[in-house]
Amino acid sequence: MNRGGTTFWIGAILFLAAAFAMTQLIGNQYPFFACYVILQFIVLAIAWNVLGGYAGYVNFGTSAFFGVGVYTAVFLFKSIGAPLVVQIAAAAIVGALMGFALGLLTLRMQGIFFSIATIALTIVIETAITNWRYVGGAAGIQMQQPAPMAPFTSYVQMLFFVQALLVVLAVAISRYIQNSWIGRGLQALKDDELAAECTGVPTLRLKLLACVISGALMCAAGAPAAMYLQYADPSSAFNLNYSVSVLAMSLIGGTAHWAGPIIGAILLGATQQLLTVTISSEVNVLILGVMLVLFVVGAPEGIIGLIRKARGNRGEGEA
Amino acid sequence: MMSPEIQTPEAKTSEAQPPLLRISALTKKFGGFTALDNVSVDIRPGERFGLIGPNGSGKTTLINCISGAFRTEPGTVTFGGEDITRLPPHIRTRRGIARSFQIPRPFRSMTVAENLMVGLDFAGRADEVVSAGRERDTMMSILTRMGLASKADVSTAKLSQVELRKMELARALATHPKLLVSDEAMAGLSNSEVDEVLDLLMSLAAQNITIIMIEHIMQAVMRFSDRVMCLEAGKIIAIGKPEEVMANPRVQEAYLGT
Amino acid sequence: MFSLDLLQDALVSGVLLGCFYAAVSLGLSLSFGLLDVPNVAHPAFLVMASYGVFYLNDKFGVDPLLAGLLITPLLFVFGLVAYRLYYETFEKRGSDAGVRGIAFFFGIAFIIEVLLILQFGVDQQSVTASYIGKAWRIAGMRIPYRLLVAFAVAAGLTILLTLYLSKTFMGRAIRAVAQDQEALRLMGADPIRIKQWAFGISTAVLGISGALLIIVAPVNPTLDRSYIGRTFCVVVMAGLGSMSGTLVTAIILGVVEAVVLTMFGASWAPAISFAMLLGVLAVRPQGLFGRRS
Repeated sequence: MNRGGTTFWIGAILFLAAAFAMTQLIGNQYPFFACYVILQFIVLAIAWNVLGGYAGYVNFGTSAFFGVGVYTAVFLFKSIGAPLVVQIAAAAIVGALMGFALGLLTLRMQGIFFSIATIALTIVIETAITNWRYVGGAAGIQMQQPAPMAPFTSYVQMLFFVQALLVVLAVAISRYIQNSWIGRGLQALKDDELAAECTGVPTLRLKLLACVISGALMCAAGAPAAMYLQYADPSSAFNLNYSVSVLAMSLIGGTAHWAGPIIGAILLGATQQLLTVTISSEVNVLILGVMLVLFVVGAPEGIIGLIRKARGNRGEGEA
Repeated sequence: MMSPEIQTPEAKTSEAQPPLLRISALTKKFGGFTALDNVSVDIRPGERFGLIGPNGSGKTTLINCISGAFRTEPGTVTFGGEDITRLPPHIRTRRGIARSFQIPRPFRSMTVAENLMVGLDFAGRADEVVSAGRERDTMMSILTRMGLASKADVSTAKLSQVELRKMELARALATHPKLLVSDEAMAGLSNSEVDEVLDLLMSLAAQNITIIMIEHIMQAVMRFSDRVMCLEAGKIIAIGKPEEVMANPRVQEAYLGT
Repeated sequence: MFSLDLLQDALVSGVLLGCFYAAVSLGLSLSFGLLDVPNVAHPAFLVMASYGVFYLNDKFGVDPLLAGLLITPLLFVFGLVAYRLYYETFEKRGSDAGVRGIAFFFGIAFIIEVLLILQFGVDQQSVTASYIGKAWRIAGMRIPYRLLVAFAVAAGLTILLTLYLSKTFMGRAIRAVAQDQEALRLMGADPIRIKQWAFGISTAVLGISGALLIIVAPVNPTLDRSYIGRTFCVVVMAGLGSMSGTLVTAIILGVVEAVVLTMFGASWAPAISFAMLLGVLAVRPQGLFGRRS
């Protein structure tokens, strides 16, 4: 356990070092544009998995949290010219509060009712933002990137590195949850809420906690997006495609382990980047849908499950 | 309420020892249907208490009210002197009320050991949760007592019926219960398995765990219980020594009637 | 800005619209309400049916309602296949069907959306028929014929389906399977076959519903998203599985939408059904006249 922890943190530091080195060595902007999106999806998928994977509550409201993150940043930037760090921190707080509210409102609902409620929440918030003139309304709003901070030469490179930091933060949180009593409690309530409650698990409080963490991470991941695109509008910030992509990434990667959503996000995110450039964005959504259906039907435990099965078949000894 | 002057010797001992669980004037309705109708009963510490009654008589409803799955409107539940009527199930579990389910409800994605760890993590004794090593020891000793030691790392999805029943009792034990409610833990088991589970419950009772046993298998109830209560249509129709309750004509009628 | 005339207009068009909402929700009331299938793809099936009607109307000049009837058998078979697939992969396996079942239908909905975009493009499409574009003037109001047609057909469809469920053998069996699957098995009927049949009916109804959808207004491939709110709002509010309840709550939704539209403007329209749905779910997760599980 302890050795795994050391390995994990060494890996995280290496990852950040590599990301930083990239920003210093590569002059071409395109890789950063592409990788930023993948990193953003990794954070979103991990955040989704905290509630959807560990606790078994299928959240279709990823786009609601993402969009609120975007617009928190837009609002703070427009009103007081807040720097990026403040935008992200504020988005995380708003996301946590929103997760808490969502939890209170919906966690007594079971299964599909919860899912439908999260879609409903998305549309309601999107509509409210659409009618909010100050942040641009339906037409959207232009964002002027300020000069990047010290070691970075372009703003996109800086955003890329910031998103890489968020990835490490998200992975660390999700890994901690999985290995701690929180994860065990969530898994228990996912299997059987009444039995969990009768075994001492404070199910409502744990679910609220999962909602808060998941919401904070999602909003934080969304906050830099406005600056990244230099533009924000409600119909793309709250696009249901985010919800489905993120859900698909987690399910395809596998929800039982923190690494699952990462694998899924890298796989699907990279495929999307490739397809959007080479063929069309429609085909890329089609492939997303097809893969989602194929995986939930054929490999319900995702890629992580496939790997475990392959290992189990080779030599029963699995740790 | 009896006045102190006319107390029997038996009542005196129960006065010295306040009831572990007191249910007073409990009523539970579902829509227009009254599942429990003004039920009051005291369970003494260390008692082996049998709960019988035909299907739909309110036994499981009563357990759900004790464990907190249902909220009750009129009526109170007191445990160890504390009013727990409004406490959610997980707090009751931490206070010392554990239960098994009529149809086993294991955490299916976990192994037997992990099932127990949930109980230890969330309701176990603080000194044992502190170190992972102690936790594992406690868990293994419970599994050994239940005869499940060899199944520790087996997925609950692969257990047989009797193993599932034992696993549920083991998981309940992991929460350090003062009161264990066993809801038909012997249903669907063979005769030898019934004896096995009954012996387990007896041994738990010998370790000073109060047990409420709901059962349809009459020999088991007779052998196990200090006291038996019979419910019918949400009302107590008889309570007392097992032989007395069995001899009660209303009990016999209720059972033959179904 | 706001007058009694406008309110009257809103009420009348709300009732008409409400009946139309009932027609597009009936199928979901069957599949989700009675059978507990988390069919979030229902609105996507609906839009797909609309495009079927559009195709027949555009290519061969078939009347939209007739076109809806023509594609009904296809949709029925489609429903049979879809349920079989769902049953074999999720219900039969039992545990954890919830999470993956919902994801499954969501994936299907997305696939349908994209296929429609690839085939027909993202633009709005509409149908032509003699009753589209004209209006009936009465008492100072102008009621479009297309809404009247939708109203009449929707009412007829609701009555037909209610009769089917209460009077025919198969209909009663469907209601029985929703109540107690075990009892039905004991009587020697195969509950899975009955559920499959019921799911087939729930998609077959979409032939006419889809025709109404494209008669009432032009459709585009992502229209299903706003109908997730409307259809689930209606079905959940109705209390799962009640056909007459579906009609009542659909009319409530129609009127509320029409009134809000008149008072606050079209930009709030998408949120109305979803907000009502959220409200209902928060207060009474089992629906207003909910059935107890």
